Amino acid sequence: MSNLPQPAHPASRASLADEPVLAFEHVSIAFDGPPVLSDVSFKVAPGETRILLGPAGVGKSVLLKLANGLLHPDAGSIRLFGNEIATMPEEQLFPMRTRIGMVFQEGALFDSLAVRDNVAYQLIQERVADEEIDQRVHEALSFVGLDETFSLFPSSLSGGMRRRVAIARAFIHHPDLLLYDSPTGGLDPVTSTTIIELIVKERDVHRTPSLLVTHRIQDAFTLCTHHFDKEQNAMVPFPKGVTDAGTSFLMLDEGRLIFDGSLRQLVESDNPFVREFLE
Amino acid sequence: MAIISIDGTAKQIVLTVQDYSLFAWRALLNLFRPPIYVVDFVVQSDIIGFGSIPIVVLSGFFTGGVLALQSANTLANFGATAITGQFVALTMFRELGPVLTGVMVSGRNASSMASELGSMVVTEQIDAMRALGVDPLRKLVTPRIFACITMLFFLTILADFMGILGGAFVTVFMNHQDGTQYFSMAWNSLRYSDIIQGLVKPLFSGYIIASIGCFYGLRTTGGTQGVGRATIDAVVWASVFIIVADFFVTRIMLFFFVR
Repeated sequence: MSNLPQPAHPASRASLADEPVLAFEHVSIAFDGPPVLSDVSFKVAPGETRILLGPAGVGKSVLLKLANGLLHPDAGSIRLFGNEIATMPEEQLFPMRTRIGMVFQEGALFDSLAVRDNVAYQLIQERVADEEIDQRVHEALSFVGLDETFSLFPSSLSGGMRRRVAIARAFIHHPDLLLYDSPTGGLDPVTSTTIIELIVKERDVHRTPSLLVTHRIQDAFTLCTHHFDKEQNAMVPFPKGVTDAGTSFLMLDEGRLIFDGSLRQLVESDNPFVREFLE
Repeated sequence: MAIISIDGTAKQIVLTVQDYSLFAWRALLNLFRPPIYVVDFVVQSDIIGFGSIPIVVLSGFFTGGVLALQSANTLANFGATAITGQFVALTMFRELGPVLTGVMVSGRNASSMASELGSMVVTEQIDAMRALGVDPLRKLVTPRIFACITMLFFLTILADFMGILGGAFVTVFMNHQDGTQYFSMAWNSLRYSDIIQGLVKPLFSGYIIASIGCFYGLRTTGGTQGVGRATIDAVVWASVFIIVADFFVTRIMLFFFVR
């Protein structure tokens, strides 16, 4: 029992009882074939980080696109910031999306724009003054440790740097919800750890609710078992057996949500697919 | 099996026409609704307009030249070589100027729009734009349509002018006819109705080129191979629709402006 992970800051659980930032209820979607997602239901509470696990091709990225209305479900309800978005027209979704930061699988930076303009894209659309844009872009790039890339173009950045610029773009607006689509996919272990450290930093500094999709179990466990130490300005592990209370797991298998719970429940699960995935 | 295949293809065609109609309608409405992305309009005008000048100048000049060559031979049989200028001017202003410029600009710009937007789709840049709260239809499509309509209008005037010059070059230096007579016949034969007819067509062609180029670009699927397919479809259908639209616009114009 003592070896099992215990949540840190149990009192913070109370804040998670508020109205969810994002709620899926019986959501299903298919594209010219068998359902990609079938009867999926879960919630993301304020301040909570939810890690969606599953092998490649089970519909994780589709679920993330449903979460901010880039796709519409065939059935079910999706409530974002208290609004039903499953049937919401695109025009009404645009202002809601400005409250969300999304990190795409490959970064999805605009290759014709410099890093400054990529990071500031939303601010430029809102016609924020140039001086303020420059200042906020420098802050966002410093947060991800890439201030020197300010005037470079995405083509001159490595894969890991592009991913970090994409994170800066998602953070700059101080969003109310963060969506990460396999932020460490295809990266080497060192760069992956850097990205995870940024996500942990954002989680612990701003407590922004987030939904993170990954198939890398080691990244998911690192997120749960580490926290950001402001004094050391680095990610450090919790004491043995302690985990972040606001971070929990979901698992998809063939379009169905087969697990929803804490790290402790995950490692104790006797679901054969969960066991196989963990092992 | 064959019936299922025909059924599927028919449904696909109907679906594409429906999607394009909705897309074209929304794009048309966006031309008159804010926000207007002025900088994007200027950038696209530069790419579409100034970038197309060399091909329009060359194609216009040699089209006028070949018209003069062909017509002079035929007209000589009737002793009417003097009206070469009239023939070239009317043909260039009413038909070949607008249609040829449309097809040339379509080959250059519908393809570039489809491949550029298609690449943005397959690299998730379009989704990223939507996720950042920006409507790609307003940000990417509307400025291209607006720029294409505006620039094609002026490019058509340039092509008409170059066609007359090409005809003059052939008439004077190859057919050894009088240049003053050529220009005089060209000038005197043109009516306002001819000019209006020739300058209404590029408004339709410009809309067709940009809307079809963007439509195929934004519905790209299947990675880089899909980008290639989208580019081909955009050029083919834009060129075909320019000629189809030309037929209907000509019919309507002839109804209003009888010479």
